[in-house]
Amino acid sequence: MATVIEHAHGHPAHEGEHYVPLEYKEKDDSLKVFGFWLFLTQDMVLFACLFATFVVLRTHTGNGPDSESLFDVKGFIEETFILLTSSFTGGISTFYMRKKRAIGTVVWLLITAALGAAFVSLEITEFLHYISIGATMQTSAFLSAFFTLVGTHGAHVSVGIIWMLSIVIQILRRGITPALSRKVFIVNLYWHFLDVVWVFIFTVVYMMGVIH
Amino acid sequence: MPPSHLSHWGLLITGDPLIYGADASIALASIAIVYVLTKYKKWKWLWDEWLTTVDHKKIGIMYLIAAILMLFRAGTDAELMRTQLALPNLHFLGPEHYDQIFTTHGTVMLLFMAMPFIFALMNIAVPLQIGARDVAFPYLNAISFWLFFFAAMLINISFVIGGSPDAGWTSYAPLAGSTFDPGPGENFYLMSLEITGIGSIGTGINFLATILKMRAPGMSLMKMPLFSWSIVATSILILYAFPALTVVLALLLIDRVAGAHFFTITAGGNPMMYINMFWIWGHPEVYILILPAFGVFSEIVSTFSRKTIFGYKSMVFSLLLISLISYFVWAHHFFTMGADASVNSFFAIASMLVGIPTGVKIFNWLFTMFRGRIRMKMPMLWTIAFIPCFTMGGMTGVMLAAAPADYQYHNSYFLIAHFHQVLIGGTLFGMLAAMYYWWPKVFGFLLDERWAKWAFWMFNIGFYVCFEPQYVLGLMGMQRRMYTYPSGLGWTDLNFISTIGAFIMGLGFIFLVWDIIYSIRHGERDLTGDPWDGRTLEWSLPSPAPHYNFAVIPHVTQLDQWWELKQQGRQDELRPKASDIRPIHMPKNSGKPFLFGLAFFVVGVGFVFEWYAVAVIGFLGVGALLLARSFEAHPDYHIPVDEVVHTETALGRL
Repeated sequence: MATVIEHAHGHPAHEGEHYVPLEYKEKDDSLKVFGFWLFLTQDMVLFACLFATFVVLRTHTGNGPDSESLFDVKGFIEETFILLTSSFTGGISTFYMRKKRAIGTVVWLLITAALGAAFVSLEITEFLHYISIGATMQTSAFLSAFFTLVGTHGAHVSVGIIWMLSIVIQILRRGITPALSRKVFIVNLYWHFLDVVWVFIFTVVYMMGVIH
Repeated sequence: MPPSHLSHWGLLITGDPLIYGADASIALASIAIVYVLTKYKKWKWLWDEWLTTVDHKKIGIMYLIAAILMLFRAGTDAELMRTQLALPNLHFLGPEHYDQIFTTHGTVMLLFMAMPFIFALMNIAVPLQIGARDVAFPYLNAISFWLFFFAAMLINISFVIGGSPDAGWTSYAPLAGSTFDPGPGENFYLMSLEITGIGSIGTGINFLATILKMRAPGMSLMKMPLFSWSIVATSILILYAFPALTVVLALLLIDRVAGAHFFTITAGGNPMMYINMFWIWGHPEVYILILPAFGVFSEIVSTFSRKTIFGYKSMVFSLLLISLISYFVWAHHFFTMGADASVNSFFAIASMLVGIPTGVKIFNWLFTMFRGRIRMKMPMLWTIAFIPCFTMGGMTGVMLAAAPADYQYHNSYFLIAHFHQVLIGGTLFGMLAAMYYWWPKVFGFLLDERWAKWAFWMFNIGFYVCFEPQYVLGLMGMQRRMYTYPSGLGWTDLNFISTIGAFIMGLGFIFLVWDIIYSIRHGERDLTGDPWDGRTLEWSLPSPAPHYNFAVIPHVTQLDQWWELKQQGRQDELRPKASDIRPIHMPKNSGKPFLFGLAFFVVGVGFVFEWYAVAVIGFLGVGALLLARSFEAHPDYHIPVDEVVHTETALGRL
């Protein structure tokens, strides 16, 4: 997609060369993007272990509530829509970054971070609600696994928000440099990855939790 | 078990003469280090040259020193255990103290001796072998080292502050849970492994990216030295095994400090899940430890037989096959769990299958030696010692892999003898062979052969005397982790012989260290850069290599490029020409990786003693350092051409 748009706006790649997106132009930056992909693959294994734990323990409710009595469908649907939308807005920020438009990049990054913050605050509200009705991490193995899996994802999102804000400040100071284009790209990779993880949480934790 | 004698204000362990000895030696060593650094005004040197370095060669040296120190530390644990077991009914160590010592022995040997030894070799050799100027992410490389370093500090202070972990190096739940094992001891284990594990993942990413993306032009993957290939396999294993360790330790920590129920026996917890997930990491970890040694042996056998390695492609294929199979064997660590026959059969067969690619490698080494002009230098001696030792260890491994028979061997001294034979005979022999092999490249002088041979023979003889009796003891019914045993079982003689062997090995270690000290003054200087008549690119460089490694990146056309060029009298092609030299892009030194390790240490202390304010301070430090790094505008610089020309001229290469 990026290639088509680049040409449409009259910025063809140099003749005889393949089109190279901004974040891959410097060797050092493309190496870092590759390294980050490797990081994401191991982070995927980390989540896979948490999912495996959850799947083993999801019916081990002890004396505590089971997922069906606990989960509120409206709540997790809202969270899902907000996070999926934020992945889209993050994609738009990458689009502006590749066109070297600093303000567009910053605005869409801020929108993405704000949606992320809304997601995290909904999740915290959900957690606090569970705790208030006595469904805590200490109640049962199921809840230990639930809070740890969903909480790890939420912690990732929170780190992503701070990360995006730090990149926003850097863009406002320096404009879109090759290094910053790589950072925008990488933070968006991270963000999309978290979205994918959430799709699995939505399915494995929430959907399978309320369907009988 | 809680540490036996916590003093009234809580933390320092008191009442045991061995602990007082450790207190005194830690205090004396610290005072001596501070005194020497201050007297010779070396603080600035230490900071500028070492603590802030991002040079892979220096990081390699620091890993190497740490590995040898930890070999001493965990080796001392081993000698204490063997002393306790020399005769029946001894009271040299109490049961609680014995528990702590076997736990730290295993943990430190595997995670804080073998792993850094491997990382040392990776750092020392890989960039030079593939014609790169550094690793892909030098700053991350420094972070990995300091995470390892501070994690090692954390587990080592546990002995005198708070009490060491005592639930075994595997720390199975529910024994290691807070119900049966309160106090900070297990938290030390969990946090130090967690921290060094993060560092290891960083190293895995770093070396995979380095090897895949930074090879010299022309060096296709199938023209790459086998040691670098073994690091590809190792890095893949690290990347996809260590996250399981990160998770399983975190879950146990959450159980312990937050009262969750992952691995408890109440409220639905499942302790077997700990054991499964631990070994999903743990078994690939075994291959993380052995594959680099395989790589080392391939380099050494070829070099010291003056022959191209036999079956290069099958060597590569077997490395990758071993890594793949290693993910499907974890349950052989607990055949006795009670899984049904089909599960045990699957894991038994998968475990036996590992023997096939491993056997391929053994035969390839033998065929490489066949009709070669073998030179019995130290690296080759250790390699030749490895082959029978590791083969025996492998054979007993296949015996253990037979699930029905394993019900007899499980957790007996038969198992202890087996894994020491593969870990010492495989990994440690390999690391030592590599140390002698690359030592001149790193330090510019050779290790003296005479003392090295003393170390070699003592260590080898000691090994067999120590561990072969343990197979028999295992078959006689002696279980691991027993702190003592009654007389009259027929175990006494064999235990006594085993203890003698352990002390002969200890003597071997002393000779090894003495050899290093002796050679610093008297070792032969390596003026050619190629003392072994080597085959791969690192031997085309001066010893030690300049900090940018290659003034001009070489072009590679074949396997064993340096050897082939020498055969054709064309070795000058790998010398730089002044006209080809360009400014060299290098990363700047940074103090942040060191501080990063320190911040994680603070986090570790916070969780160990459940002082959450301290943990929060540590996390804030980690976050602040990440942000500070992100905001850094110019973390790199260029070495001007003049300076490179000057350095190369001084080295006699221009």
